Amino acid sequence: MKNLSIRITLLAFCSILLLASCSKEDSPAPEFAETNLAPFSVEFDNIVGDRTLSFNNTTTPYVNAKGESFSISMLQYFISNIKVATADGKEYAVKQDSSYFLIQSSDKSTRFAKVRVPEGDYTRLTFTLGVDSLRSTMGIDKRTGVLDPAANGGHDSGGMYWGWNSGYIFFRFEGNSNVISDDVNGDPTGKKQFKYHIGGFGGYSAPTINNIKTITVDLTKAGIAKVRKDRQSNVHLFMDAMKVFNGTNSFKIAEHPNVMFSDYSVNIAKNLTEMFRHDHTEN
Amino acid sequence: MNKRHWIIILSISIFIFACKKSEIIQEKIETFLGFQKPANFPEPVYNFTANPVTKSVFELGRTLFYEARLSRNNTVSCGSCHIQSSAFTQHGHDVSHGIDDRLGTRNSPPIMNLAWNKAFMWGGGVYDLDLQPIVPITTHEEMDENLDNVLNKLRALPKYTALFKSAFGSEDITTSRFMKALSQFMVMCVSSNSKYDKVMRKEDNASFTQTELDGYNIFKEKCSSCHKEPLFTDGSFRNNGLSLSPVKDQGLYLATLLASDRYKFKVPSLRNLNYTAPFMHDGRFLTIGAVLEHYSGQVQNLENLDPILNQNGKLGINLTETDKTKLLAFLATLNDESFINNRLLAEQ
Ligand code: HEC
Ligand code: HEC
Repeated sequence: MKNLSIRITLLAFCSILLLASCSKEDSPAPEFAETNLAPFSVEFDNIVGDRTLSFNNTTTPYVNAKGESFSISMLQYFISNIKVATADGKEYAVKQDSSYFLIQSSDKSTRFAKVRVPEGDYTRLTFTLGVDSLRSTMGIDKRTGVLDPAANGGHDSGGMYWGWNSGYIFFRFEGNSNVISDDVNGDPTGKKQFKYHIGGFGGYSAPTINNIKTITVDLTKAGIAKVRKDRQSNVHLFMDAMKVFNGTNSFKIAEHPNVMFSDYSVNIAKNLTEMFRHDHTEN
Repeated sequence: MNKRHWIIILSISIFIFACKKSEIIQEKIETFLGFQKPANFPEPVYNFTANPVTKSVFELGRTLFYEARLSRNNTVSCGSCHIQSSAFTQHGHDVSHGIDDRLGTRNSPPIMNLAWNKAFMWGGGVYDLDLQPIVPITTHEEMDENLDNVLNKLRALPKYTALFKSAFGSEDITTSRFMKALSQFMVMCVSSNSKYDKVMRKEDNASFTQTELDGYNIFKEKCSSCHKEPLFTDGSFRNNGLSLSPVKDQGLYLATLLASDRYKFKVPSLRNLNYTAPFMHDGRFLTIGAVLEHYSGQVQNLENLDPILNQNGKLGINLTETDKTKLLAFLATLNDESFINNRLLAEQ
């Protein structure tokens, strides 16, 4: 009997706790004030189709829609200009200087874009895949942190700056596939490497190709972001690298093993907009 | 007093005199005037408010320009391909000669009057002087290094931490400071004291000879629409009718991917031609005479040929032999000896 009453008390206690925590979840959205900033993050979880991303797994390679097997050796991209919006249409753009992130899949610590936005309940997230054209034409003083042309060393170690064309590589994806030929149309070094370096911000003076993409994510289905000062709201996105090959403009690695600053890059850049999927939000 | 004493006294006095003279020279170098716009030049386009020229930053830039550690194996400096006595070109090389004796595909252009330049390189692609040095540093055929390594090499040298400190107030060696210092050296490479400039500014009673004046008039009629005074370039990219180079260099197209830019190259200045041979983006012509032959009889009607060179179905520019002699006389008035001998710009 005594045992039971303890159990009941415990249960009651637990439910109170539960209720209390629920009520925290449902706390009304605070007044939207641009100065009332709280932590918010977007997590870029890199996946490949229905598998997690791992490097150089030549024994169990990935296979694209055209049936080509491939492995991945490098995946990194710029995310910038993060914006959030509430259901009633209040928008907030993160201060530009703190809104550039280089997601490097070789370094897990870079998978979060951590920013500060006003307390509020957000139903929409917008960001740029790439570096906006304004920043791409700014003076050397404004190119610090991940935008420093010296960042990451040279191209072999993952540098993202194109000196000869004064711009950044927005999306860099490299790997190997046996379908690549050993001649000039493939990889003459015989390493069977593919390289996709997608950039192009629209040009300094004359208009040139513009591969900057704005990605908008609806958060209502998988969980809105409740940003409060006392917690870390994190929007967890999946970034599916398979979409590079399998997006709307799907293509064969064998036919386009190297795409850098060229007209064809525009087709691939369109596929990149399909890579992001909202999985859930941790509030 | 014997003869020996006299000799000693004489040599001491010569010594004192020599010291005095070198002090005067010293003083002259020491009064650093910063960037000064020549009276006959337009306003510069370089953003001086973001990077105002000071003596200590300029001097750091000069040291960096002549620093071989900017290359992978510490053998090649900017000054290796941009040599002052050749008006900062690589005289005698059609295409650049860089690290490990690798050859590039283009001729080293002069570092001259760059503060008036809107676009850099023969084929564009670089539009801010502060970002230009990344290209030679990282290019395989030039310095084959990466910027991060360069900065780390400099950080390890007390000489540079001290120079950066005196230039910028702290020892931090950052990309921005490094680039700004190099830019300060480069914008100070101003060539504006040729005979032509003196005539234009009515200095030293300078005047053209009759042949030079005739040449000037021909120039104004036939060349100045592209080689615009007083910089002798309008800064645009054009196709002047060269036949395709062996590497089929597509020029501006590579940076813009616009078909209308194929085979267009930056209009170069015509100052200091006496020191900068060979000519054109691939250094194909060894003499100015060969250049004039090109304009008068070898212009090719390839894609995007500039309409100025294709009028009424006639290709090129009509030049008689006397026209050519006169043009050559005028072009010679654009040589600026004080530029190639300016101590301020030399490796110290
Ligand atoms: C191996 C030879 C070589 C070295 C070393 C070299 N350059 Fe050059 N430079 C060239 C060539 C060739 C070009 C033209 C390239 C082109 O048009 O693509 C050039 C172009 C330039 C230009 C553009 C000029 C214009 O009128 O557009 C600048 C500025 C310049 N170099 C500065 C530098 C600096 C600063 C360094 C050192 C960090 C350097 N160069 C090192 C060969 C070299
Ligand atoms: C339609 C525009 C145009 C006209 C007119 C023109 N040029 Fe040029 N010039 C150019 C361009 C563009 C280049 C560079 C081409 C290249 O390297 O591909 C050039 C290069 C040169 C060079 C080589 C300079 C160097 O440093 O390599 C000389 C010399 C020259 N021109 C002289 C002349 C003279 C003299 C005339 C008049 C008879 C003339 N040009 C008329 C556009 C023009």
